[in-house]
Amino acid sequence: MTGYLIKRLVELMVALLIMSLLVFSLARLTGDPVALLLSDYATEEERTTLTQQLGLDKPLTEQYVIFITAALQGDFGNSISGNQQPAMELVLERLPASLMLASAAMIISLLAGVPMGVIAAARRGSKTDILIRVFTLLGQSIPVFWLGMVFIYFFSVQLGWLPTSGYGSLVHLILPATSMALFTIAAITRLTRVSMIDALSSEYIKLARIKGLPERVIIWKHALRNSLIPLVTYMGTFFAMMITGAVVVETVFSWPGIGRLAYQSILDRDFPVMQAVVLTTTVLFMLANFAVDLVYVWIDPRIER
Amino acid sequence: MILFRQRPALVISAGICILLICIALIAPWLAPYDPTAGNLLDRLMPPFWQEGGSLQYLLGTDVLGRDILSRLLYGARISLAVCLISIAIAAVIGSTLGIIAGYMGGWVESIIMRLVDIAVSLPAILLALLFGVLFGPSFSNIIIIIGFLLWSQFARMARGETLKVKQNDYIDLARTAGCSSLDIMFRHVLPNVAASLIILATLQVGTVIIIEASLSFLGVGVPPPTAAWGSMIAEGRSYVISAWWIAMFPGMAIMFTVIAANVLGDELTDLINPALRNEIGI
Repeated sequence: MTGYLIKRLVELMVALLIMSLLVFSLARLTGDPVALLLSDYATEEERTTLTQQLGLDKPLTEQYVIFITAALQGDFGNSISGNQQPAMELVLERLPASLMLASAAMIISLLAGVPMGVIAAARRGSKTDILIRVFTLLGQSIPVFWLGMVFIYFFSVQLGWLPTSGYGSLVHLILPATSMALFTIAAITRLTRVSMIDALSSEYIKLARIKGLPERVIIWKHALRNSLIPLVTYMGTFFAMMITGAVVVETVFSWPGIGRLAYQSILDRDFPVMQAVVLTTTVLFMLANFAVDLVYVWIDPRIER
Repeated sequence: MILFRQRPALVISAGICILLICIALIAPWLAPYDPTAGNLLDRLMPPFWQEGGSLQYLLGTDVLGRDILSRLLYGARISLAVCLISIAIAAVIGSTLGIIAGYMGGWVESIIMRLVDIAVSLPAILLALLFGVLFGPSFSNIIIIIGFLLWSQFARMARGETLKVKQNDYIDLARTAGCSSLDIMFRHVLPNVAASLIILATLQVGTVIIIEASLSFLGVGVPPPTAAWGSMIAEGRSYVISAWWIAMFPGMAIMFTVIAANVLGDELTDLINPALRNEIGI
């Protein structure tokens, strides 16, 4: 068990190292930030000064060592666009908005997905089941960014119920969180349905039925508890979906989170911010994955792999 | 006919998929206009049933006066090509590594499977965005990006299936008969794991269309003026209020295609190998 966790931890560290190398080298290869920052009329002297200031004249290996030591202390340098705020500060400023959006979407997904999956499995083949399956099919087939725009068109423009974009109150959260959740609701529903069907045909459920337990208790307590295990394994995948969702949804709804910051920094070739966002997200993602592994080992001690 | 009565969804979705492929193939003959050349006199024309629309442009025109219908038809070609090529690349690389891992075992397996675990732990969208910006948006780059995002799933499945196939007597017999490992892997193991891999490939078509559209939407897909569904939606974003049709139709095209592909994938899974459902999970 400890062996498994150590193995996972090493894997995650390697993944993080790869990400840091990629982020570092990619950022250096995507065009010249000096040319981007200065006007076409800048003198050669101005160019050299700025190159030195940004440390871009040193050998790449040295740049990486400097980069990684500073990064470990949370120092990614200042943003090279806008009012030149420290990159990490920008990320930390934007992080709460993203976490809020992602947790709202996750809560919606679990609250809607698990019960729908259970009901669909319990009434397998019924009209309700078919309806829920059609819904999951739609949920997994609609592109999130387009759904967001359709929502804006109907709920904000046509009906005028909700704001088109912006941030601050709970009202602003509804549309982005729902669009972001749709895909994960569908995924969670499908997964719960499949594992519930499995669980409901197992021996211990037959025994519970023979014992005369009410169907409600059998489904919502005995079967559901065991069906949640596969859901935990897929939590890592769901986090990945959330990050993808964040970039796209935040862009559509102009949500001031790190997803939009990532997108914007890549467009602006803002190296420090790009590096800070991508690595912070990667670290969060790895921590989430490791937490999932811990929970998994805890609920199902047979796991050795 | 019997198949239709037993599995109507399979037949219908397969029919729609074939139809969509045909549409993509013959798009140049179907499309009434050049998808990239607009007529600035006919900018932002609504679809024909709306006031101001005309039968000349059935689904209206965009901000540059380009025919939406023609762009949709040509966009289908991009989606189809990206799907076929990127899934083929991922399937070949992933399956080869997976079969080698499953068959050889030992340290070879450890290394390959660790690589798979690591590939899975990388946040895909950020990676895709970084790559897209580094190599610039282009058709071949988007295929490489998507191929890279998908290979690990093929490797996992190929390894799992190979481990099952390996236990059969005919593999031992082949080895006793003097077949080389390479021979066994590709003549005896591959044909027996191919069905599962084909199902996985079908199940990924929908995912690939959505990833491609998302990347095009974010501006790192196939560059303009080429018509791709994702970038059409991005172009229509600023006109959601005044000209809803620019973004609406490509979105519906994506939805329709992905639904057909997903139903086909599900039905094939049920038909050929229902046990796979648990392995794939979602």
